[in-house]
Amino acid sequence: MDLRSFSAIHEHVKNGRISCKEIVDHYLSIIEQKSHLNVFLEVYEGEAKARAEEIDQKIQQGKAGRLAGMVLGLKDVLCYKGHHVQAGSKILDNFQSQFTGTAVQRLLDEDAIIIGRQNCDEFAMGSSTENSAFGPTRNDANPEHVPGGSSGGSAVSVQAGMCTAAIGSDTGGSVRQPAAFCGVVGLKPTYSRVSRYGLIAYASSFDIIGPFTNNMEDSALLLEVMAGADDFDSTVSHQEVPRYTQSLQFNGKVRVAYLKETLESEGLHPEVKSKTLETLQFLQQEGHTVEAVDFPLLRYVLPTYYLLTMAEASSNLSRYDGVKYGYRSFQTANMESMYKKTRTEGFGEEVKRRIMLGTFVLSASYYDAYYTKAQKVRKLLADATRKILKEYDFIVLPTTPTPAFKLGEHSNPLEMYLADLFTVQASIAGVPAISIPNGTDVHGLPIGLQVITDLFQEDKLFGFSQYLLENK
Amino acid sequence: MKIDRETVRKIAHLARLEFDEQAEDQIKDSMTEILDWVEQLNEVDTTDIQPLTNMSLEVNKFREDHIGEHLSHQSGLLNAPKKDQHYFRVPKVLD
Repeated sequence: MDLRSFSAIHEHVKNGRISCKEIVDHYLSIIEQKSHLNVFLEVYEGEAKARAEEIDQKIQQGKAGRLAGMVLGLKDVLCYKGHHVQAGSKILDNFQSQFTGTAVQRLLDEDAIIIGRQNCDEFAMGSSTENSAFGPTRNDANPEHVPGGSSGGSAVSVQAGMCTAAIGSDTGGSVRQPAAFCGVVGLKPTYSRVSRYGLIAYASSFDIIGPFTNNMEDSALLLEVMAGADDFDSTVSHQEVPRYTQSLQFNGKVRVAYLKETLESEGLHPEVKSKTLETLQFLQQEGHTVEAVDFPLLRYVLPTYYLLTMAEASSNLSRYDGVKYGYRSFQTANMESMYKKTRTEGFGEEVKRRIMLGTFVLSASYYDAYYTKAQKVRKLLADATRKILKEYDFIVLPTTPTPAFKLGEHSNPLEMYLADLFTVQASIAGVPAISIPNGTDVHGLPIGLQVITDLFQEDKLFGFSQYLLENK
Repeated sequence: MKIDRETVRKIAHLARLEFDEQAEDQIKDSMTEILDWVEQLNEVDTTDIQPLTNMSLEVNKFREDHIGEHLSHQSGLLNAPKKDQHYFRVPKVLD
Protein backbone atom coordinates (compact mmCIF):
# COMPACT_ATOMS: atom_id res chain seq x y z
CA MET A 1 0.00 0.00 0.00
CA ASP A 2 1.37 3.42 -0.93
CA LEU A 3 1.35 5.51 2.23
CA ARG A 4 2.66 8.65 0.59
CA SER A 5 -0.74 10.21 0.23
CA PHE A 6 -3.89 10.28 2.28
CA SER A 7 -6.31 10.27 -0.63
CA ALA A 8 -4.87 6.90 -1.73
CA ILE A 9 -5.36 5.20 1.62
CA HIS A 10 -8.25 6.78 3.47
CA GLU A 11 -10.78 4.30 2.07
CA HIS A 12 -8.57 1.45 3.30
CA VAL A 13 -8.27 3.11 6.69
CA LYS A 14 -12.02 3.57 6.95
CA ASN A 15 -12.59 -0.07 6.03
CA GLY A 16 -9.99 -1.28 8.50
CA ARG A 17 -7.69 -2.80 5.85
CA ILE A 18 -4.84 -0.86 7.39
CA SER A 19 -4.78 0.55 10.90
CA CYS A 20 -3.52 3.94 12.06
CA LYS A 21 -1.14 2.02 14.28
CA GLU A 22 0.42 0.30 11.26
CA ILE A 23 0.66 3.61 9.42
CA VAL A 24 2.41 5.30 12.35
CA ASP A 25 4.82 2.39 12.73
CA HIS A 26 5.66 2.60 9.06
CA TYR A 27 6.48 6.30 9.27
CA LEU A 28 8.50 5.85 12.47
CA SER A 29 10.68 3.30 10.71
CA ILE A 30 11.34 5.66 7.80
CA ILE A 31 12.11 8.50 10.20
CA GLU A 32 14.69 6.33 11.90
CA GLN A 33 16.13 5.03 8.66
CA LYS A 34 16.58 8.58 7.34
CA SER A 35 17.67 10.32 10.52
CA HIS A 36 20.82 11.56 8.72
CA LEU A 37 18.63 14.10 6.91
CA ASN A 38 18.04 15.92 10.23
CA VAL A 39 14.36 16.50 9.63
CA PHE A 40 12.79 16.04 13.06
CA LEU A 41 13.81 18.01 16.14
CA GLU A 42 11.56 15.75 18.19
CA VAL A 43 9.60 12.63 17.31
CA TYR A 44 6.49 12.02 19.42
CA GLU A 45 6.83 8.28 19.13
CA GLY A 46 4.92 7.03 22.16
CA GLU A 47 2.27 9.68 21.88
CA ALA A 48 1.66 9.08 18.17
CA LYS A 49 1.29 5.35 18.77
CA ALA A 50 -1.16 5.87 21.62
CA ARG A 51 -3.20 8.32 19.58
CA ALA A 52 -3.21 5.91 16.63
CA GLU A 53 -4.78 3.25 18.85
CA GLU A 54 -7.41 5.71 20.04
CA ILE A 55 -8.27 6.66 16.50
CA ASP A 56 -8.37 3.03 15.41
CA GLN A 57 -11.06 2.54 18.04
CA LYS A 58 -12.97 5.54 16.80
CA ILE A 59 -12.82 4.13 13.29
CA GLN A 60 -14.31 0.85 14.50
CA GLN A 61 -17.07 2.79 16.20
CA GLY A 62 -17.67 4.81 13.06
CA LYS A 63 -16.87 8.04 14.90
CA ALA A 64 -13.58 9.00 13.28
CA GLY A 65 -12.92 12.47 11.86
CA ARG A 66 -12.07 13.36 8.28
CA LEU A 67 -8.32 13.07 8.84
CA ALA A 68 -8.26 9.68 10.55
CA GLY A 69 -5.16 7.96 9.17
CA MET A 70 -3.40 11.22 8.30
CA VAL A 71 -0.02 11.55 10.02
CA LEU A 72 1.42 15.06 10.11
CA GLY A 73 4.69 16.78 10.92
CA LEU A 74 4.71 20.36 12.22
CA LYS A 75 7.27 23.00 11.37
CA ASP A 76 8.95 24.22 14.56
CA VAL A 77 6.93 27.45 14.54
CA LEU A 78 3.51 26.01 15.36
CA CYS A 79 2.24 25.87 18.92
CA TYR A 80 0.97 22.51 20.14
CA LYS A 81 0.02 22.47 23.81
CA GLY A 82 2.42 20.65 26.11
CA HIS A 83 5.05 20.33 23.36
CA HIS A 84 8.23 22.25 22.80
CA VAL A 85 8.43 24.82 20.06
CA GLN A 86 11.42 27.05 19.45
CA ALA A 87 11.50 28.31 15.87
CA GLY A 88 14.88 26.67 15.31
CA SER A 89 16.34 29.11 17.82
CA LYS A 90 18.33 28.86 21.00
CA ILE A 91 16.41 31.83 22.39
CA LEU A 92 13.37 29.59 22.91
CA ASP A 93 15.34 26.84 24.66
CA ASN A 94 12.99 24.65 26.72
CA PHE A 95 9.92 26.63 25.72
CA GLN A 96 6.70 24.65 25.97
CA SER A 97 3.48 25.75 24.29
CA GLN A 98 0.72 26.74 26.70
CA PHE A 99 -1.96 26.33 24.06
CA THR A 100 -2.55 24.80 20.64
CA GLY A 101 -2.78 27.11 17.64
CA THR A 102 -6.06 27.25 15.73
CA ALA A 103 -4.90 25.52 12.53
CA VAL A 104 -3.29 22.69 14.47
CA GLN A 105 -6.34 22.33 16.73
CA ARG A 106 -8.61 21.98 13.71
CA LEU A 107 -6.39 19.22 12.33
CA LEU A 108 -6.44 17.42 15.68
CA ASP A 109 -10.22 17.80 15.91
CA GLU A 110 -10.47 15.83 12.65
CA ASP A 111 -8.25 13.11 14.12
CA ALA A 112 -4.94 13.85 12.46
CA ILE A 113 -1.96 12.31 14.26
CA ILE A 114 1.04 14.55 14.91
CA ILE A 115 4.31 12.70 14.72
CA GLY A 116 6.84 15.40 15.57
CA ARG A 117 8.25 18.87 15.10
CA GLN A 118 10.47 19.69 12.19
CA ASN A 119 13.61 21.68 11.58
CA CYS A 120 13.51 25.11 9.93
CA ASP A 121 15.57 28.25 9.52
CA GLU A 122 15.65 30.26 12.73
CA PHE A 123 12.39 32.23 13.03
CA ALA A 124 11.65 31.13 9.45
CA MET A 125 14.39 33.47 8.17
CA GLY A 126 16.27 31.69 5.44
CA SER A 127 15.99 29.84 2.16
CA SER A 128 18.00 26.70 2.88
CA THR A 129 17.30 25.44 6.44
CA GLU A 130 20.97 26.02 7.18
CA ASN A 131 20.23 28.81 9.69
CA SER A 132 18.93 26.55 12.44
CA ALA A 133 20.32 26.20 15.95
CA PHE A 134 19.92 22.44 15.31
CA GLY A 135 22.12 22.22 12.22
CA PRO A 136 21.07 21.96 8.58
CA THR A 137 18.46 19.64 7.10
CA ARG A 138 19.45 17.73 3.96
CA ASN A 139 17.60 17.09 0.71
CA ASP A 140 16.56 13.46 0.25
CA ALA A 141 17.16 13.66 -3.52
CA ASN A 142 20.81 14.37 -2.75
CA PRO A 143 22.00 14.96 0.84
CA GLU A 144 24.81 17.23 -0.37
CA HIS A 145 22.10 19.70 -1.35
CA VAL A 146 19.85 21.89 0.76
CA PRO A 147 16.11 21.24 0.96
CA GLY A 148 15.30 24.94 0.62
CA GLY A 149 13.75 26.92 3.40
CA SER A 150 12.63 28.02 5.67
CA SER A 151 10.28 25.02 6.06
CA GLY A 152 13.00 22.60 4.88
CA GLY A 153 12.35 19.88 7.45
CA SER A 154 8.67 19.77 6.56
CA ALA A 155 9.39 19.55 2.83
CA VAL A 156 11.86 16.69 3.24
CA SER A 157 9.53 14.79 5.58
CA VAL A 158 6.96 14.59 2.77
CA GLN A 159 9.57 13.97 0.07
CA ALA A 160 11.13 11.10 2.05
CA GLY A 161 7.80 9.60 3.15
CA MET A 162 8.25 10.22 6.88
CA CYS A 163 4.65 11.38 7.29
CA THR A 164 1.62 11.82 5.05
CA ALA A 165 1.84 15.60 4.96
CA ALA A 166 3.42 18.45 6.88
CA ILE A 167 2.35 21.92 7.94
CA GLY A 168 4.72 24.81 7.32
CA SER A 169 4.54 28.58 7.08
CA ASP A 170 5.24 30.86 4.13
CA THR A 171 6.33 34.48 4.47
CA GLY A 172 8.15 35.02 1.17
CA GLY A 173 8.27 31.48 -0.21
CA SER A 174 9.06 29.31 2.81
CA VAL A 175 6.57 26.63 1.74
CA ARG A 176 6.80 26.93 -2.06
CA GLN A 177 10.57 27.15 -2.42
CA PRO A 178 11.40 24.02 -0.35
CA ALA A 179 8.47 22.20 -2.00
CA ALA A 180 10.12 22.92 -5.37
CA PHE A 181 13.55 21.80 -4.15
CA CYS A 182 12.09 18.56 -2.78
CA GLY A 183 9.62 17.69 -5.54
CA VAL A 184 6.42 17.95 -3.49
CA VAL A 185 3.30 20.12 -3.56
CA GLY A 186 3.53 23.28 -1.41
CA LEU A 187 0.69 25.74 -0.98
CA LYS A 188 0.72 29.34 0.17
CA PRO A 189 -2.94 30.28 0.67
CA THR A 190 -4.29 33.82 0.37
CA TYR A 191 -3.00 36.03 3.18
CA SER A 192 -5.52 35.81 6.07
CA ARG A 193 -7.16 32.59 4.81
CA VAL A 194 -5.80 30.62 7.80
CA SER A 195 -5.67 31.92 11.35
CA ARG A 196 -2.17 32.82 12.55
CA TYR A 197 -3.06 32.17 16.19
CA GLY A 198 -0.34 29.87 17.50
CA LEU A 199 2.10 30.60 14.66
CA ILE A 200 5.34 32.17 15.88
CA ALA A 201 5.45 35.54 14.13
CA TYR A 202 8.11 36.57 11.65
CA ALA A 203 6.52 39.28 9.47
CA SER A 204 2.85 39.60 10.32
CA SER A 205 1.61 41.21 7.10
CA PHE A 206 3.07 38.28 5.09
CA ASP A 207 2.97 35.16 7.31
CA ILE A 208 0.55 32.39 6.37
CA ILE A 209 0.32 28.70 7.28
CA GLY A 210 0.37 26.22 4.38
CA PRO A 211 0.60 22.46 3.78
CA PHE A 212 3.19 20.20 2.09
CA THR A 213 1.70 17.13 0.41
CA ASN A 214 2.44 14.56 -2.26
CA ASN A 215 -0.71 15.40 -4.20
CA MET A 216 -3.40 17.99 -4.77
CA GLU A 217 -6.27 16.20 -2.97
CA ASP A 218 -4.39 16.23 0.32
CA SER A 219 -3.48 19.89 -0.08
CA ALA A 220 -7.12 20.82 -0.72
CA LEU A 221 -8.31 18.74 2.22
CA LEU A 222 -5.81 20.24 4.66
CA LEU A 223 -6.64 23.79 3.63
CA GLU A 224 -10.35 23.05 3.89
CA VAL A 225 -9.85 21.87 7.48
CA MET A 226 -7.49 24.66 8.58
CA ALA A 227 -9.02 27.74 6.91
CA GLY A 228 -11.68 30.10 8.17
CA ALA A 229 -12.72 32.64 10.77
CA ASP A 230 -11.25 32.49 14.25
CA ASP A 231 -11.90 34.60 17.34
CA PHE A 232 -8.23 34.46 18.25
CA ASP A 233 -6.92 36.22 15.14
CA SER A 234 -8.47 39.58 14.36
CA THR A 235 -6.83 39.65 10.91
CA VAL A 236 -8.19 36.32 9.67
CA SER A 237 -10.67 36.43 6.79
CA HIS A 238 -14.35 35.84 7.49
CA GLN A 239 -15.05 34.76 3.93
CA GLU A 240 -16.73 31.41 3.74
CA VAL A 241 -14.38 28.46 3.12
CA PRO A 242 -15.29 26.69 -0.14
CA ARG A 243 -15.26 22.90 -0.41
CA TYR A 244 -11.79 22.77 -1.91
CA THR A 245 -11.92 18.97 -2.07
CA GLN A 246 -14.79 19.30 -4.55
CA SER A 247 -12.77 21.69 -6.73
CA LEU A 248 -10.27 19.32 -8.24
CA GLN A 249 -11.97 18.93 -11.58
CA PHE A 250 -10.92 21.21 -14.34
CA ASN A 251 -12.44 21.87 -17.70
CA GLY A 252 -12.75 24.66 -20.16
CA LYS A 253 -10.13 27.01 -21.43
CA VAL A 254 -8.25 29.51 -19.35
CA ARG A 255 -6.11 32.56 -19.83
CA VAL A 256 -2.55 32.13 -18.61
CA ALA A 257 0.07 34.85 -18.28
CA TYR A 258 3.77 34.39 -17.93
CA LEU A 259 6.08 37.20 -16.96
CA LYS A 260 8.65 37.96 -19.59
CA GLU A 261 11.07 39.18 -16.94
CA THR A 262 11.05 35.83 -15.14
CA LEU A 263 12.04 33.82 -18.20
CA GLU A 264 14.63 36.38 -19.21
CA SER A 265 15.99 36.61 -15.69
CA GLU A 266 19.79 36.42 -15.58
CA GLY A 267 20.15 33.79 -12.88
CA LEU A 268 17.56 31.42 -14.36
CA HIS A 269 18.89 27.87 -14.68
CA PRO A 270 18.54 26.57 -18.28
CA GLU A 271 16.75 23.39 -17.24
CA VAL A 272 14.30 25.28 -15.03
CA LYS A 273 13.65 27.54 -17.98
CA SER A 274 13.10 24.71 -20.45
CA LYS A 275 10.73 22.86 -18.07
CA THR A 276 8.68 26.02 -17.64
CA LEU A 277 8.59 26.59 -21.39
CA GLU A 278 7.45 23.00 -21.92
CA THR A 279 4.51 23.61 -19.59
CA LEU A 280 3.58 26.81 -21.40
CA GLN A 281 3.76 25.01 -24.75
CA PHE A 282 1.58 22.20 -23.43
CA LEU A 283 -1.04 24.74 -22.34
CA GLN A 284 -0.93 26.42 -25.71
CA GLN A 285 -1.34 23.11 -27.52
CA GLU A 286 -4.33 22.34 -25.35
CA GLY A 287 -5.98 25.50 -26.61
CA HIS A 288 -5.52 27.75 -23.61
CA THR A 289 -4.56 31.36 -24.09
CA VAL A 290 -0.92 31.79 -23.10
CA GLU A 291 0.53 35.28 -23.27
CA ALA A 292 3.68 37.04 -22.20
CA VAL A 293 3.09 39.97 -19.89
CA ASP A 294 5.55 42.71 -19.02
CA PHE A 295 6.32 43.05 -15.37
CA PRO A 296 9.17 45.56 -15.26
CA LEU A 297 8.73 45.95 -11.51
CA LEU A 298 10.03 42.39 -10.91
CA ARG A 299 13.46 43.65 -9.91
CA TYR A 300 11.93 45.57 -7.01
CA VAL A 301 10.09 42.68 -5.39
CA LEU A 302 13.04 41.39 -3.37
CA PRO A 303 14.23 44.73 -1.95
CA THR A 304 10.62 45.60 -1.04
CA TYR A 305 10.04 42.25 0.57
CA TYR A 306 13.25 42.20 2.60
CA LEU A 307 12.88 45.78 3.76
CA LEU A 308 9.35 45.26 5.04
CA THR A 309 9.94 41.83 6.59
CA MET A 310 13.06 43.02 8.40
CA ALA A 311 11.10 45.91 9.87
CA GLU A 312 8.24 43.68 10.97
CA ALA A 313 10.66 41.08 12.33
CA SER A 314 12.56 43.60 14.43
CA SER A 315 9.28 44.57 16.04
CA ASN A 316 7.94 41.01 16.43
CA LEU A 317 11.17 39.67 17.91
CA SER A 318 11.45 42.39 20.55
CA ARG A 319 9.39 40.11 22.80
CA TYR A 320 12.34 37.73 23.28
CA ASP A 321 13.97 39.39 26.25
CA GLY A 322 14.66 36.52 28.62
CA VAL A 323 12.14 37.66 31.24
CA LYS A 324 9.14 35.34 31.07
CA TYR A 325 10.22 32.44 28.90
CA GLY A 326 13.01 30.97 26.83
CA TYR A 327 16.74 31.43 27.15
CA ARG A 328 18.25 33.90 29.61
CA SER A 329 21.88 34.85 30.03
CA PHE A 330 22.87 34.84 33.68
CA GLN A 331 26.21 36.63 33.15
CA THR A 332 24.57 39.94 34.00
CA ALA A 333 24.29 42.48 36.76
CA ASN A 334 21.33 44.56 35.66
CA MET A 335 18.24 44.48 33.45
CA GLU A 336 19.74 46.22 30.45
CA SER A 337 22.69 43.89 30.23
CA MET A 338 20.37 40.93 30.80
CA TYR A 339 18.32 41.91 27.76
CA LYS A 340 21.38 42.51 25.63
CA LYS A 341 23.32 39.40 26.63
CA THR A 342 20.23 37.20 26.37
CA ARG A 343 19.41 38.38 22.86
CA THR A 344 23.02 38.42 21.70
CA GLU A 345 23.65 34.87 22.88
CA GLY A 346 20.19 33.54 21.98
CA PHE A 347 19.73 34.74 18.39
CA GLY A 348 21.72 33.47 15.42
CA GLU A 349 23.62 35.64 12.97
CA GLU A 350 20.96 36.01 10.28
CA VAL A 351 18.24 36.87 12.78
CA LYS A 352 20.45 39.53 14.36
CA ARG A 353 21.23 40.97 10.93
CA ARG A 354 17.53 41.32 10.14
CA ILE A 355 16.71 42.79 13.56
CA MET A 356 19.48 45.36 13.10
CA LEU A 357 18.36 46.33 9.60
CA GLY A 358 14.71 46.38 10.67
CA THR A 359 15.51 48.59 13.65
CA PHE A 360 17.51 50.87 11.39
CA VAL A 361 14.78 51.35 8.78
CA LEU A 362 12.20 51.98 11.51
CA SER A 363 14.37 54.49 13.35
CA ALA A 364 13.07 58.06 13.31
CA SER A 365 15.54 59.51 10.82
CA TYR A 366 15.14 56.78 8.21
CA TYR A 367 11.52 55.67 8.57
CA ASP A 368 10.14 57.55 5.57
CA ALA A 369 13.14 57.03 3.32
CA TYR A 370 13.09 53.25 3.72
CA TYR A 371 10.04 51.83 5.44
CA THR A 372 7.31 54.09 4.03
CA LYS A 373 8.99 53.98 0.63
CA ALA A 374 8.82 50.18 0.64
CA GLN A 375 5.15 50.26 1.66
CA LYS A 376 4.46 52.51 -1.32
CA VAL A 377 6.31 50.22 -3.70
CA ARG A 378 4.41 47.31 -2.16
CA LYS A 379 1.19 49.08 -3.14
CA LEU A 380 2.43 49.44 -6.74
CA LEU A 381 3.56 45.81 -6.88
CA ALA A 382 0.33 44.49 -5.38
CA ASP A 383 -1.79 46.59 -7.75
CA ALA A 384 0.25 45.53 -10.80
CA THR A 385 -0.06 41.86 -9.81
CA ARG A 386 -3.79 42.11 -9.19
CA LYS A 387 -4.21 43.88 -12.53
CA ILE A 388 -2.62 40.94 -14.35
CA LEU A 389 -4.88 38.58 -12.41
CA LYS A 390 -7.96 40.54 -13.49
CA GLU A 391 -7.03 39.90 -17.12
CA TYR A 392 -5.73 36.36 -16.73
CA ASP A 393 -6.83 33.38 -14.65
CA PHE A 394 -3.32 32.37 -13.69
CA ILE A 395 0.28 33.49 -13.72
CA VAL A 396 2.63 30.57 -14.38
CA LEU A 397 6.32 30.87 -13.55
CA PRO A 398 9.17 28.82 -12.13
CA THR A 399 9.05 28.51 -8.34
CA THR A 400 12.80 29.06 -8.03
CA PRO A 401 15.54 30.29 -10.38
CA THR A 402 17.61 27.10 -9.85
CA PRO A 403 17.23 23.57 -8.49
CA ALA A 404 18.47 22.95 -4.92
CA PHE A 405 21.94 24.37 -4.35
CA LYS A 406 24.66 22.74 -2.26
CA LEU A 407 25.03 23.16 1.48
CA GLY A 408 27.31 26.11 2.18
CA GLU A 409 27.08 27.36 -1.41
CA HIS A 410 25.54 30.73 -0.53
CA SER A 411 27.49 32.23 2.32
CA ASN A 412 26.67 35.81 1.38
CA PRO A 413 23.22 36.84 2.65
CA LEU A 414 22.35 38.78 -0.50
CA GLU A 415 23.04 35.73 -2.69
CA MET A 416 20.73 33.72 -0.45
CA TYR A 417 17.99 36.35 -0.70
CA LEU A 418 17.95 35.95 -4.49
CA ALA A 419 16.66 32.38 -4.07
CA ASP A 420 13.27 33.95 -3.27
CA LEU A 421 13.10 36.00 -6.48
CA PHE A 422 10.01 34.27 -7.90
CA THR A 423 8.12 33.52 -4.72
CA VAL A 424 7.93 36.92 -3.02
CA GLN A 425 5.63 38.53 -5.59
CA ALA A 426 2.60 36.53 -4.40
CA SER A 427 3.55 37.28 -0.79
CA ILE A 428 3.75 40.99 -1.45
CA ALA A 429 0.31 40.94 -3.09
CA GLY A 430 -1.18 38.49 -0.56
CA VAL A 431 -2.50 36.27 -3.36
CA PRO A 432 -2.47 32.45 -3.25
CA ALA A 433 0.26 30.47 -5.01
CA ILE A 434 1.25 26.85 -5.24
CA SER A 435 4.40 24.99 -6.22
CA ILE A 436 3.96 21.68 -8.01
CA PRO A 437 6.62 19.21 -9.20
CA ASN A 438 7.77 19.82 -12.77
CA GLY A 439 10.31 17.08 -13.39
CA THR A 440 13.97 17.04 -12.45
CA ASP A 441 17.25 18.29 -13.82
CA VAL A 442 19.88 15.93 -15.28
CA HIS A 443 21.21 15.24 -11.80
CA GLY A 444 17.81 14.18 -10.52
CA LEU A 445 17.19 17.33 -8.50
CA PRO A 446 13.51 18.35 -8.51
CA ILE A 447 12.25 21.42 -10.36
CA GLY A 448 9.11 23.28 -9.30
CA LEU A 449 6.44 25.15 -11.21
CA GLN A 450 4.52 27.93 -9.55
CA VAL A 451 0.93 28.89 -10.26
CA ILE A 452 -0.46 32.15 -8.89
CA THR A 453 -4.08 33.24 -8.93
CA ASP A 454 -6.22 36.03 -7.48
CA LEU A 455 -7.25 36.47 -3.84
CA PHE A 456 -9.38 33.66 -2.37
CA GLN A 457 -9.40 31.66 -5.61
CA GLU A 458 -7.73 28.61 -4.11
CA ASP A 459 -10.48 26.38 -5.53
CA LYS A 460 -9.51 27.46 -9.05
CA LEU A 461 -5.85 27.02 -8.19
CA PHE A 462 -6.36 23.42 -7.04
CA GLY A 463 -8.36 22.46 -10.14
CA PHE A 464 -5.86 23.90 -12.59
CA SER A 465 -2.80 22.58 -10.74
CA GLN A 466 -4.34 19.12 -10.60
CA TYR A 467 -4.90 19.31 -14.36
CA LEU A 468 -1.24 20.25 -14.87
CA LEU A 469 -0.05 17.44 -12.62
CA GLU A 470 -2.19 14.85 -14.38
CA ASN A 471 -1.50 15.83 -17.95
CA LYS A 472 2.09 16.78 -18.18
CA MET B 1 23.95 54.23 2.72
CA LYS B 2 27.28 53.80 4.42
CA ILE B 3 26.84 52.57 7.97
CA ASP B 4 29.55 53.57 10.42
CA ARG B 5 30.48 52.07 13.76
CA GLU B 6 28.66 54.72 15.71
CA THR B 7 25.42 53.94 13.89
CA VAL B 8 25.89 50.22 14.52
CA ARG B 9 26.29 50.94 18.24
CA LYS B 10 23.25 53.20 18.34
CA ILE B 11 21.02 50.70 16.49
CA ALA B 12 22.39 47.77 18.50
CA HIS B 13 21.41 49.57 21.69
CA LEU B 14 17.89 50.20 20.37
CA ALA B 15 17.61 46.52 19.39
CA ARG B 16 19.16 45.39 22.71
CA LEU B 17 21.99 43.55 20.98
CA GLU B 18 25.75 43.64 21.42
CA PHE B 19 28.55 43.16 18.91
CA ASP B 20 32.19 42.75 19.78
CA GLU B 21 34.75 44.55 17.64
CA GLN B 22 35.02 41.89 14.96
CA ALA B 23 31.27 41.27 14.79
CA GLU B 24 30.74 45.02 14.67
CA ASP B 25 32.81 45.29 11.51
CA GLN B 26 30.95 42.42 9.92
CA ILE B 27 27.48 43.74 10.68
CA LYS B 28 28.54 47.24 9.57
CA ASP B 29 29.61 45.95 6.15
CA SER B 30 26.65 43.65 5.84
CA MET B 31 24.17 46.42 6.66
CA THR B 32 25.86 48.76 4.22
CA GLU B 33 25.71 46.17 1.45
CA ILE B 34 22.05 45.32 2.02
CA LEU B 35 20.94 48.95 2.39
CA ASP B 36 22.73 49.83 -0.87
CA TRP B 37 20.80 47.00 -2.49
CA VAL B 38 17.36 48.04 -1.14
CA GLU B 39 18.02 51.62 -2.23
CA GLN B 40 17.16 50.46 -5.76
CA LEU B 41 13.64 51.31 -4.65
CA ASN B 42 14.50 54.99 -5.07
CA GLU B 43 14.31 54.43 -8.83
CA VAL B 44 10.57 53.82 -8.50
CA ASP B 45 8.35 56.88 -8.77
CA THR B 46 5.94 56.75 -5.84
CA THR B 47 4.57 60.28 -6.06
CA ASP B 48 0.95 60.32 -4.85
CA ILE B 49 1.02 56.60 -3.97
CA GLN B 50 -0.49 55.75 -0.61
CA PRO B 51 1.60 53.25 1.36
CA LEU B 52 0.05 49.78 1.70
CA THR B 53 -0.35 49.42 5.44
CA ASN B 54 -3.08 46.81 5.78
CA MET B 55 -3.38 43.59 3.79
CA SER B 56 -7.01 42.92 4.64
CA LEU B 57 -9.85 44.00 2.39
CA GLU B 58 -12.43 43.24 5.07
CA VAL B 59 -13.86 45.58 7.67
CA ASN B 60 -12.94 44.97 11.25
CA LYS B 61 -15.24 42.50 12.92
CA PHE B 62 -15.89 42.95 16.60
CA ARG B 63 -16.77 40.15 18.93
CA GLU B 64 -18.56 40.16 22.25
CA ASP B 65 -16.27 40.80 25.16
CA HIS B 66 -16.84 37.91 27.50
CA ILE B 67 -14.87 36.08 30.11
CA GLY B 68 -13.08 33.09 28.64
CA GLU B 69 -10.29 30.71 29.56
CA HIS B 70 -7.00 32.16 30.63
CA LEU B 71 -3.67 30.83 31.75
CA SER B 72 -3.46 29.75 35.35
CA HIS B 73 -0.85 31.42 37.53
CA GLN B 74 1.15 28.23 37.59
CA SER B 75 1.23 27.62 33.86
CA GLY B 76 2.01 31.31 33.31
CA LEU B 77 5.20 30.76 35.27
CA LEU B 78 5.96 27.41 33.65
CA ASN B 79 8.47 28.71 31.11
CA ALA B 80 10.15 31.29 33.35
CA PRO B 81 13.95 31.19 33.26
CA LYS B 82 13.89 32.31 36.91
CA LYS B 83 10.93 32.52 39.25
CA ASP B 84 9.79 32.14 42.80
CA GLN B 85 6.45 30.81 43.92
CA HIS B 86 4.48 33.78 42.63
CA TYR B 87 6.61 35.96 40.40
CA PHE B 88 9.10 36.11 37.54
CA ARG B 89 12.51 37.03 38.92
CA VAL B 90 14.86 39.49 37.20
CA PRO B 91 18.03 41.32 38.27
CA LYS B 92 17.53 44.19 40.67
CA VAL B 93 16.04 47.29 39.06
CA LEU B 94 16.35 49.72 42.00
CA ASP B 95 19.26 50.04 44.39
